[in-house]
Amino acid sequence: MNQYELVIGLEVHCQLATKTKLFCGCGTDGIGQTPNSRVCPLCTAQPGVLPVLNKRAVELAFQAAMALDCKLNEQSIFARKNYFYPDLPKAYQISQYDQPFSEHGRLTIHVNGAAKTIGITRIHMEEDAGKLVHDLGDGSLVDLNRSGVPLIEIVSEPDMRSSDEAYAYLTALKEVIQFTGSSRCDMEKGEMRCDANVSVRRAGAKEFGTRTETKNLNSFKNVKDAIDAEFRRQVEIVESGGKITQETRLWDATTQTGRSMRSKEDAHDYRYFPDPDLVPLVADPQWLAKLKAALPELPAKKRARFIGELGLSSYDSEVLTGDKALADYFEKAVAAAPAGSAKTVSNLLTTEMLGRLNAEGKTVAQSPVAAAHLGGLAALIATGTLSSKGAKDVFAKMWETGRDPKALVEELGLSQVSDDKQVMEWVQQALAANPKAAADLKGGKDAAIGSIVGGVMKLSKGKANPALVNKLIKEAVKA
Amino acid sequence: MELTQQTAAKIASAVRNGETTAEAVATAHFARIEKLDGTVKAFLNATKDAALARARDIDARRKKGEKLGALAGVPVALKDNIQLKGVETTCASKILKGHIAAYDATVVERLKNADAIFVGKTNLDEFAMGSSTENSAFQKTTNPWDAACVPGGSSGGSAAAAAAGMCSFSLGSDTGGSIRQPAAFCGVVGLKPTYGLVSRYGLVAFASSLDQIGPFTRTVSDAELALSVIGGHDPKDTTSAPNEPAPISAAPKDLKGLRIGLPKEYFIEGLDPEVEKSVRDAVAVLKSLGAEIKEVSLPHTKYAIATYYIIAPSEASSNLARFDGIRYGFMDRAATNLQEVYEMTRGAGFGSEVKRRIMLGTYALSSGYYDAYYSKAQRVRTLMANDFKEVFKQVDLIAAPTTPTPPFRFGEKTNDPIAMYLSDIFTIPSNMAGNASVSIPCGFSKKGMPIGLQLIADVFQEKKMLSTAKAYETLKPFALLKG
Repeated sequence: MNQYELVIGLEVHCQLATKTKLFCGCGTDGIGQTPNSRVCPLCTAQPGVLPVLNKRAVELAFQAAMALDCKLNEQSIFARKNYFYPDLPKAYQISQYDQPFSEHGRLTIHVNGAAKTIGITRIHMEEDAGKLVHDLGDGSLVDLNRSGVPLIEIVSEPDMRSSDEAYAYLTALKEVIQFTGSSRCDMEKGEMRCDANVSVRRAGAKEFGTRTETKNLNSFKNVKDAIDAEFRRQVEIVESGGKITQETRLWDATTQTGRSMRSKEDAHDYRYFPDPDLVPLVADPQWLAKLKAALPELPAKKRARFIGELGLSSYDSEVLTGDKALADYFEKAVAAAPAGSAKTVSNLLTTEMLGRLNAEGKTVAQSPVAAAHLGGLAALIATGTLSSKGAKDVFAKMWETGRDPKALVEELGLSQVSDDKQVMEWVQQALAANPKAAADLKGGKDAAIGSIVGGVMKLSKGKANPALVNKLIKEAVKA
Repeated sequence: MELTQQTAAKIASAVRNGETTAEAVATAHFARIEKLDGTVKAFLNATKDAALARARDIDARRKKGEKLGALAGVPVALKDNIQLKGVETTCASKILKGHIAAYDATVVERLKNADAIFVGKTNLDEFAMGSSTENSAFQKTTNPWDAACVPGGSSGGSAAAAAAGMCSFSLGSDTGGSIRQPAAFCGVVGLKPTYGLVSRYGLVAFASSLDQIGPFTRTVSDAELALSVIGGHDPKDTTSAPNEPAPISAAPKDLKGLRIGLPKEYFIEGLDPEVEKSVRDAVAVLKSLGAEIKEVSLPHTKYAIATYYIIAPSEASSNLARFDGIRYGFMDRAATNLQEVYEMTRGAGFGSEVKRRIMLGTYALSSGYYDAYYSKAQRVRTLMANDFKEVFKQVDLIAAPTTPTPPFRFGEKTNDPIAMYLSDIFTIPSNMAGNASVSIPCGFSKKGMPIGLQLIADVFQEKKMLSTAKAYETLKPFALLKG
């Protein structure tokens, strides 16, 4: 296998996060809803209807392209891709062909600590098709709720050389697109879909081998598995003196095998031509500047800021920027905490909250703990009201009840005692109760402090501020 | 007042000021339809009950003191490729038989807002493909001036209905001459507005980059009136222009200072001598009014038909793909699998001319042929548009015959598609360039058949074009069909 190099290019579809479809006013929220409840004369292709381009979809598409460093074309053209299928009401899909709105982008990925830049050939806008339902009754049924939902297709260069790189590319792509807000990229809802173009060549060869395209990859893991399987399959064919057939393949995740769907000879002739119903899309420079200014901070920049300005570790900033919702939550919590507590917030978030979210299968948005409350908890630590042990207990209560940490601390009497007079009283009592340790301490045996501290904690039921206890014991012994 | 002979403008004012009622107007027109349409067969569907109900409603609103619209009570016929909600829209094709429109076309919405009444849906060549209306799957419309002749096409039903007084005016669509050619054949005014001046929303698309809706009227002023109601920007059609149609103007006293060009490529061998004489006589009338007449040249005219028969069928092959039997219209229930659904439905649903054009267009767009055909045709189209731009630097308007011959007889050209295609040779260039064009009656052949004069203007120059037509009309009023 080592004599062969794997070459991968990915085509990724993302659903743009608009309220309405690409060319009509129907909602995009019809997935999983009553079939054909989000349709109108346009998206059912009644005779005589005309498409009107959704401005918001164009804005989101351009922002995604900006985030991926693409060149934005001043003019782009919508084209008709003609083919017959019952889920395609017009018998053509409105897409972009030889003049897409953006080209020549790039995305940096990290695999095993090394950075690599993957080229993006192009991004174009297009509409989604409907859905066929085969398992109800005799015939097949058509649901057009999805018909006309706006998509972008992001086509990469054949720059990836391992399934790990493909996985890293998809992870980075999803992260960037989510950050722009262009798409939610929820793969389970079909908001992000991937096709993989795979070929092999002898290590060191200049020419690419014949590629196959594998469709129906609905998770990153499936993409990785399908690429690995396809690599093995192609190497076996080449090894045994065979030739790779250019074809479209389908991946079956249950059996972990791919199968041929159609060969190049059976490929459609889509008869692309510019859609005469839509005028060319012209990108006004002022409008572009406005979109660029409105673009949110992207993950790489955010990570650098978390490390540089907030003092987080590289690992923690990686974790926190892995998901836009999480990064937003973190920043909200930091805003509610006193200056200099970012690291405390980060610790609470990564050690206390993420584990619980994972265990319960919840997203950040579903966390019972509000970001402001988490910041409040950090504030209680900063002022010394809570020890880190106490903070753990309070967080557990916050998770259960969703309540404000301040109120919980008061109600449960969990607040630390930092009152000098009270703590000194406990220190004196502890010293009196343990004269041997007191004597050892006075004699310079510092290790003896442990048992005195223990005594104070017992007397204070664990509420004495540990730093203050240490300080006052030393004072009492010196006196 | 003989209501079926009146202009739309007069009917609307008579209804508004109570001289007559919308119901009386509608009743008179349906009496006319009942008398004549057995022979003319202009209507696929005359919607009498709905029209009378609407007329009574308009009258009731007037009684209540409501202000009525610009077309109060005016009976309008619609070519059956324009969507009128709740009414069957067939495009004269078996594939849409029984299809009830789910929405109103923008022009219909505007006519409704102007208080017009819809008398029915008129016959056409199937999907507007043809020049004689003989390609209708349902019936043959006859020319009201002589039932042995065709009314022209594809909007033959609308042209005949307006000529025969079965409506005050009608709407048609013009992709390569489908308003102007039947207007010339039926002796009425047929206006093809500038591409983009009238919304295409709700017009069943034939060739989207060429299609334009326009009126058939018996006077030029009525064409202006109809355009003022149906024209203007529509946010539902992104190819519609921001321009609004010009207001209705008075006929100019003379045409001093107006330069009119006669393209030499339109006065060629094969042009019927009777047509040429009528057109030259009409040009002499314009000259007598003070217009300056000069010869001009549109050198790429000879490529018009070839170019058109690549672009129009290419767009049609895609536009008509939605008629697949899946969601509405005809479906061949004998089909046992998906491939058969498509093949049997479309095989039985479409007529031969429609199939011919779908095949032509599919071929022209195919991979490997696209550059040689579609892409090249688009470049030639640009050259044709440039021809007009050049000429409109020299003259204000172009005058030309609308058709090369007077109306022909049934069956004369049905076996020779090329001969049929050639009857649009003078009208196609305006669609290619998107210009405004109008055909107005300019006399009769010896056999008593109408002949049309075509005026062509630069884009959005309807006002100049129609006021010139009015000046002609003032001197030579258009003959109305008697009987």
